[in-house]
Amino acid sequence: MNFKLKDLGPQLITVIAVVLIFGFFTYNAQINMEERGIEFGYGFLSQESSFDVQFSLIEYDGSHSYFRAYLVGLLNTILVSVIGIIIATILGVIIGVARLSPNYLINKFAAYYVEFFRNIPLLLQIFFWYFAALRALPLPQDADAIFGVFFLTIKGLYVPSFIWENFNIFFYSIVAAIIAIIVIRIHAKKLQETQGKQLPVFLISIGLIFILPLFSFLIGGVSLSFEIPQLKQLAATSFVYDGGLSLPPELIALTLSLSLYTATFIAECVRAGIQGVGKGQKEAAASIGLNPNQVLKLVIMPQALRIIIPPTTNQYLNLTKNSSLAAAIAYPDLVLVFAGTALMQTGKAIEIVSITMFTYLSLSISISILMNWYNKRIAIQEK
Amino acid sequence: MFKYLKQLTSLVAMVAVLFTFTTESMAAKKSKTLKNTQKKGFVRCGVSQGLPGFSNADAAGNWTGVDVDVCRAVAAAVLGDANKVKFTPLSAKERFTALTSGEIDILSRNTTWTLSRDADIGLTFVGVNFYDGQGFMVRKSSGITSVNQFKNGISACTNIGTTTELNMRDFFNSKGISYEPVAFEKADEVVAAYDSGRCDTYTTDKSGLAAQRTKMSNPDEHIVLPETISKEPLGPVVRQGDSVWEDIVRWSLNAMIEAEEYGITSANADSMKTSENPAIKRLVGAEGELGAAFGLDNEWSLRIIKQVGNYGESYKRNIADTGILPDRGPNQLWTKGGILYVPPAR
Repeated sequence: MNFKLKDLGPQLITVIAVVLIFGFFTYNAQINMEERGIEFGYGFLSQESSFDVQFSLIEYDGSHSYFRAYLVGLLNTILVSVIGIIIATILGVIIGVARLSPNYLINKFAAYYVEFFRNIPLLLQIFFWYFAALRALPLPQDADAIFGVFFLTIKGLYVPSFIWENFNIFFYSIVAAIIAIIVIRIHAKKLQETQGKQLPVFLISIGLIFILPLFSFLIGGVSLSFEIPQLKQLAATSFVYDGGLSLPPELIALTLSLSLYTATFIAECVRAGIQGVGKGQKEAAASIGLNPNQVLKLVIMPQALRIIIPPTTNQYLNLTKNSSLAAAIAYPDLVLVFAGTALMQTGKAIEIVSITMFTYLSLSISISILMNWYNKRIAIQEK
Repeated sequence: MFKYLKQLTSLVAMVAVLFTFTTESMAAKKSKTLKNTQKKGFVRCGVSQGLPGFSNADAAGNWTGVDVDVCRAVAAAVLGDANKVKFTPLSAKERFTALTSGEIDILSRNTTWTLSRDADIGLTFVGVNFYDGQGFMVRKSSGITSVNQFKNGISACTNIGTTTELNMRDFFNSKGISYEPVAFEKADEVVAAYDSGRCDTYTTDKSGLAAQRTKMSNPDEHIVLPETISKEPLGPVVRQGDSVWEDIVRWSLNAMIEAEEYGITSANADSMKTSENPAIKRLVGAEGELGAAFGLDNEWSLRIIKQVGNYGESYKRNIADTGILPDRGPNQLWTKGGILYVPPAR
């Protein structure tokens, strides 16, 4: 290695500039905080939070610490992001494929959907779903049961909760089924490479994932019953559902608006991906005797995915970051719980905002790493 | 030559010090905020995003309310014109950061005075301009007339970043009731959510409930329950570390209250100069040198009374006449059965 000052100089200057800028801001903040008698420190994280949160995935109430409140917010952010990403992807793929449909109605419907939802600011859509659409829902006492057990009301969606017996055995049976499927897939691939035989892998997989858990019910002693929500009267005109599982309307509105909005962008990525594969590829694949299913699975999709994945990653990141708009409709995400209530109660603005920023950064980077790994896996492997 | 240099410098320094003493009062020199305010020509005041009676902007952008009047009083005292105020609407969440970061100089936004806020986060509370307490609002049709009728599973709408969230938890815990807190960032969204039936009850300071009730689609369908579950002394806040500015804001508020006590109003302030009572004469600047202590002229309090009015006038104009809380309750002078009692201006 032979370093030259000419190459090193600009790098060095950049590093020094970055250090100086950060140093200046830190120094400035320190001076100002000292002047105003504000103490810096993360000690507050272990203090009792003394505020409650509407909706939490882990056990939490005001007697827990601020750190626990942070975890509650973080998990709620992850929850809405994961559900949002799943729905947006499914919807995005369907709409994206529909836009290429030769059927005039389907094609136009998809096009209008994309143009409509893509061009309205997300915050407005969140307000629309929360304040306009969900508000049109009935009060708990007026709600009609859906399939006899679901209740969609202004106070949320109430669904029956599962009551398991011997849940462990059921869980192990699913794990066993998944392992069996993986083994069979590897075997099938080997069989095709060595002998050219094709096994109906898909059918076998479906069979396994149903049959093994079914056995756990029949002979493993697993049983499942449901707890159906019951209407409970609070006051003359005040009702609520008791028992079962309740999904707050804030979660529903946020997930709905985030996925409907992001799906439009994913749909465009999918369309671009499929259109980006040359027509000749399809014709060539057909000419060597592949059936249409195989053409899609073996020729079109692997190439399309290479175009689809990188921009879709961006959309996943956007969705995760956009979930911070939750604060507007009282969904207790990281921003509302931690950078909102906790910040106000402690007054530790710099500490809390920095923790929140690093958390979003870590979330985004994790998604990026995952998607880059996937992208690399499906990229052209030069041999 | 160098022998005299030292003496010469000290002489120059002394002259300079004397010069600053004569041109600028001691207080103005000590108070960075006062100096900056006088230089800018307006008072930077943080208010709410719209709470009728306290701080609310009309369609033309004119701010009114008892919280607004505190800032106007300071502007009248410091700059001579009650209209020289720049109002910054802030959410509950933003308010303290805006003050500590120096974006505003007075926070007059129905803010509860608590120990941790006063001691912890670089703020100083200067007084109380409204004694309040947290209450609950419910729909009349629910038949609930007391908080003792609340049952497990009740959902309560409120704002984030306020003492309300903490009081609510204390209250429901002490009653052993499980509840669903639904906390929004902005008051308008809380009202919209409660109004549409998302929540069974809406909880915040009682003055706030009374004010927000006027915004509901049908105010008569809602009642505020009689119980008060907390003490909420609301008052203006300043940054820690500028005691002169702190004194100016404190005494601008006190002057309004004391003016009411002595019956000085915006209409009769000038004629009060010839009063027999020395306390009155001091308040209208006809006697003593009260303003000098914080670097203002002697008519600072006279300007407050003439331009903004006394506390009673401000209350009547903003809260009573608008139908929010016609009864002054605890916010009555101590001489008339309330708890408004301020140290004497002398």
